[in-house]
Amino acid sequence: MSTRSHTHKERQSWAWRLHLDLPLLGALLAVMAFGLVVLYSAGGESDSLMLRQITRLGFGCVVMLIMAQFPPRFYAKWTPAIYGVGILLLIAVLLFGDMGKGAQRWLQIGGFRFQPSEIMKLAVPMMVAWFFSERVLPAKKRELLIAFGIVMLPTLLILKQPDLGTSLLIAGSGIFAIYLSGVSWKLIFGFGIAGVLYAPLHWFFVMREYQRERVLVYLDPERDPLGSGYHIIQSKIAIGSGGVEGKGWLEGTQSQLEFLPERSTDFIFAVLGEEFGFIGVVTLLVLYLLVIMRGMYIGTQAQETFSRLLAGSIILTFFIYLFVNIGMVTGLLPVVGLPLPLISYGGTSMVTLLAGFGMLMSIYTHRKLVSH
Amino acid sequence: MLDRKVTLKNPFKELVLYQSRMAVAFVWVVAMMVLLASWVANLQVFQYDKYRTESDNNRIRVIPVAPTRGLIYDRNGILLAENRSVYSLELVPEQVRNVEQTVQELASLLELDEEDVERFWKDYNRTRERFKKIPLKTQLSEKQVARFAVDRHRFDGVSVEARLVRFYPYGEELVHALGYVGRINDRELQQIDVQNYKATRHIGKVGLEKYYESILHGTIGSQKVETDVQGRVLRVLSEQPPVEGQDLYLSIDLPLQMEAFKAMDGRRGAIVAIDPKSGGVLALVSTPGYDPNLFVTGISGKDYRSLLNDNRPLFNRALRGQYSPGSTIKPHLAWLGLESKTVSRNYAMEDTGIYYLPNNEQKRPFRDWQAWGHGKQIDYRRAIIQSCDTYFYDLAYKMGIDRIYETMTQFGFGEYTGIDMGEEVPGLMPNRAWKKGARGVHWFPGDTVNIGIGQGFWLATPLQIANSAAVLANDGLRYELRLVDEIGRNGERIAVEPAVAEQQINIGDGRNLKLVQQAMKEVNHNSVIGTAKKAFEGTPYLSAGKTGTVQLFGLDEDEEYDEEKTDERLRDNALYIGYAPFDEPTIAVAVVVENAGGGGSNAAPIARRVMDQFILNGSKLQANKQ
Repeated sequence: MSTRSHTHKERQSWAWRLHLDLPLLGALLAVMAFGLVVLYSAGGESDSLMLRQITRLGFGCVVMLIMAQFPPRFYAKWTPAIYGVGILLLIAVLLFGDMGKGAQRWLQIGGFRFQPSEIMKLAVPMMVAWFFSERVLPAKKRELLIAFGIVMLPTLLILKQPDLGTSLLIAGSGIFAIYLSGVSWKLIFGFGIAGVLYAPLHWFFVMREYQRERVLVYLDPERDPLGSGYHIIQSKIAIGSGGVEGKGWLEGTQSQLEFLPERSTDFIFAVLGEEFGFIGVVTLLVLYLLVIMRGMYIGTQAQETFSRLLAGSIILTFFIYLFVNIGMVTGLLPVVGLPLPLISYGGTSMVTLLAGFGMLMSIYTHRKLVSH
Repeated sequence: MLDRKVTLKNPFKELVLYQSRMAVAFVWVVAMMVLLASWVANLQVFQYDKYRTESDNNRIRVIPVAPTRGLIYDRNGILLAENRSVYSLELVPEQVRNVEQTVQELASLLELDEEDVERFWKDYNRTRERFKKIPLKTQLSEKQVARFAVDRHRFDGVSVEARLVRFYPYGEELVHALGYVGRINDRELQQIDVQNYKATRHIGKVGLEKYYESILHGTIGSQKVETDVQGRVLRVLSEQPPVEGQDLYLSIDLPLQMEAFKAMDGRRGAIVAIDPKSGGVLALVSTPGYDPNLFVTGISGKDYRSLLNDNRPLFNRALRGQYSPGSTIKPHLAWLGLESKTVSRNYAMEDTGIYYLPNNEQKRPFRDWQAWGHGKQIDYRRAIIQSCDTYFYDLAYKMGIDRIYETMTQFGFGEYTGIDMGEEVPGLMPNRAWKKGARGVHWFPGDTVNIGIGQGFWLATPLQIANSAAVLANDGLRYELRLVDEIGRNGERIAVEPAVAEQQINIGDGRNLKLVQQAMKEVNHNSVIGTAKKAFEGTPYLSAGKTGTVQLFGLDEDEEYDEEKTDERLRDNALYIGYAPFDEPTIAVAVVVENAGGGGSNAAPIARRVMDQFILNGSKLQANKQ
C-alpha cells in the first residue's frame, strides 16, 4: 500500500484551494438531504422546524469549512491545551452545571450555554493521537496505560453527569485511536475478556437503577410496555410495519399519529423505516457507508501519526454513533440516548460532528507532496 | 522528547501497521452494517405482517354506535315513550391526567351528587375498552352546562355530549303499563349480548320495556376510525350504521288510561280494560303510580326510599295483585249451573240470609251479605242482579269443586293471561289436589261453598278478572291478553295477530250464556234491584256488569260489619266487572279498589267513567281523527 499523490489538476481546483474534499462533502450532503426529507415528515411538516435544522446544518458546514483551513500541525500543537481545558470544564459542569432532563450536562458561561462533553468528543482522540505521535509504534505497555488514562478520565467524568451515550462515544473514540496505533491483538483480546469478567461487577456496583432498568427493558421491552419499553415497542412496530417499500412519505401512521415518541430526534430512524421501508433503510446505510469509506481512505492517506490516528478515530466514532442509534431504535441494542448523526433534529452534537469532518478534510488537503 | 531513549520511528512500518488495522476495521464496519441491515430486514420483511397488524391496532379503532331505541305509541298514535336529547357530562380516562382530581373538581364545580360520583367510579372500574367515554352526570341542567362551558379549558378529556335518553311524558299514569328503562347493571351485563350493547347505556328494566327489549333496542352499528395516540378521532374509515329499534303501537288508549287513572282518585287498586274482540288491553292502571323518569338516569336513594311506603306504588296491582274475585264470578258460576243442568232456569230458592250445608252436624252458618236475605223465589236471574250469596252457596255445593275448577280454569282463572309483559302471577284457582299439596288437608264441602261467592282460597289478578268479563262479553271466546297491536319502523308496521287462549269454555247452543248476559245487563240497568243501578243511571248506551264486595276478615255470627269502625286496611275491597255496549261490546272492564267498601257504590262508578270515556268520548276521538 502506498499513499497517493495529488495530481496537478486536483491541486489547481477551487475545492482544493478551499481545503474541501468533494467526495466526502458530497456523501455528507447526500445524508443531510435525505435526513431533511425524513425530518420534514417526522416534524409534522413544520416549516420553522425545518428552517432551524437547515440553519444548524449550515452553521455546522461553515464550522467544517473553517476547521478544514487549519493544518493538522496546528491542531496537534493545541491538543494538550484543548484537552486540559476540556477536563476543567467537565469538572466545572459537575460542580456548577445546569440540570436538564435529570442530568447535569450544561454549562453556562456568559449568555452561552454549551456541553463541554462535546469538546471532548474531538479532544480525546486528538490527545491520544498526539500522545502517540512522537512515539515508536506499537507503543509500550506503560505508554498504553497512560493513553488509557487519557481516555478514561473524561469518560468517567461524563458518565458521572450522567450521560451514558456520550461517555460511550468518547471512550470509543479514544480506544479506536489506541487500536489504530497498533496495539497487539493479544492485549485487545485480553481487555475483551477482562471486560466480560468485569461486566457483572459493573452491573451490581456501578450502574444506576435507571440504567439497569434500561438494559432489562432492552432485553424484554414488554417488561414495561407503557413506560420505558413503550419507545422501543412503538419504534419496532413503526419500522416493521413499513415493510419493503414503506408506507410512503408523510404517510407513516405510527409517526404521523404520534404513537412513536421522540420521532424527530433520537427515534427518527423509525420514521424513515416506516415511510421508506427496507429500501430507504438500505439507501441510508449505503450513504453512511460512503462517508465512512471516504473517511477511512483519508486516514490511510494521512502522512503523520497524529493525522492518521485522528482521522481513523473520527470516522470509526462516526460509525459507532450511527450503529448505536440504529441498533437502539430497532431494538438490537439497549436504549442509549444518542441521535442519528446528521439526521436527528437539533443537538450541538451535529456541529461537533461536522467539525470532526472538517478536521478530516484538513488532514486530506494539507498533505505534503510526496515524490516517488 | 529529546531525553527519551532513541528508538527510531519507522514510518513505513507504522503505515503498514495502521493500514492493516484500518482494513480489519473496515471489514468489521461492513459486517456490522450487514448485521444492521439484516436485523431491519427481519423486522420489515419477515415480521412485516405482525408489525403491520400491530400498527393498525394502534391507529384503527372500532367505535360502536348505539341504535336509537324504538318508540311506543298508543292506539291513536300518541307518543307514550320517546327519546329526548339530554346533556351528559362524560370523561375519557386516557385523556385526563389525574382522573381522581378531575372528578373531584368537577363534582364541586357542578355540585354533583355523591351518587353520581359513586356511579362513575363503578363504571370506570368496569370499563375495559380504551378511550371510552364514561358518564359522570347523565342529565346536566342548563345551568350546569353553562357553568362547565366557562371552565371547559381546564378539563381536557371531559366533554358535554348530547345523548338520547328515554322520556315518559305520562309518568305515573302509564308506568305500570309501560315499565321503564334504566342504566344497565352488572347482573344484566351477564345476560345480554355484550357485543350488541357496547354503545348502549339503558335497558328495559320492567314491563313492556323489558319484555320487548330485543325489539325496541335494535342492532348496534359501528364506525371504523383512525385515531391518534390521544384517542382523538381523525377520520372515519368505514361505517356500518346501526339498525334502529322497532316502534311499538299499543292497544292502550291514552285518553281512556288517563281517565281511568283519574277515576281512581288516589285510591289503591287497579283497572284493566280489554277489547273483548281481540284481547288487546285498552287500559292498564295500577294505583298509586310513580314517575318512571326518575329511574331512567338513576334514581337517588332519597327518591327511592320515598317509594317504599305502605301504599306500595312500585307494586303492579293489575298484574301481580291477587284478590278474591268475590261476587264478580257469580255470572260465570250461574252460567255453569245452567249449562251443566245442575239447576234449571226456572229453579228458585228462598234466601233467608243464612245457608247451612245439608247433612252437616255442626250447622256452620254461611251468611248472605244482606243479613235478612233476599226473600223467596230467588232464581239465577235475581241471584245475579241482587248478588244473592245463599243462591250461590247452594249452587256451588251442588256443582262440586271439580266441575267448578275445570270450568273456571277455562275462563282463565289460575292461568296466565299470556299478557306480553311478563311479571304477571297466575293467581290461584283452588282444587282438591292443590289443597292436599299446599295445606295437607282434604277439601271440605265448606270450601266449595266459599268458592261459590268468589272467596275462600280463590285468588285472581285484575287482569284475569277483566279477561273473564271479556269472555262473557265475547260469547265465550277467550283471547290471550296483549298490549302490543303492531310492531314496525318507519311507518312499516306488522300487526300482531290476536291469539285465542288454549282452553275455552263450551257454550253449547249459547242460550244459557245469553240468559246470564241479560241478567248482567239488569245489574246495571234494573232500576229497582240492580246492584249497580245508581252508577249506570242514564247512560246513553246499554251495558252489562257485576259488582263484588270482598270481606278481608271474617265476621262472627252475630257481628255487623260497620265501615266506620273498621280499620281502613281491613275494609272491604270493592270490585266490579262489566262490558259495553251490551249488543256489540267493545270494552270489558274490571275495577278493583282496595279497602273502599261496597263494589256497587265504589267500583261501579269508576267503571262507568271508564266506559263513558271509551264509548262516548272515544268515538268522538275516532271521528276527529277521520
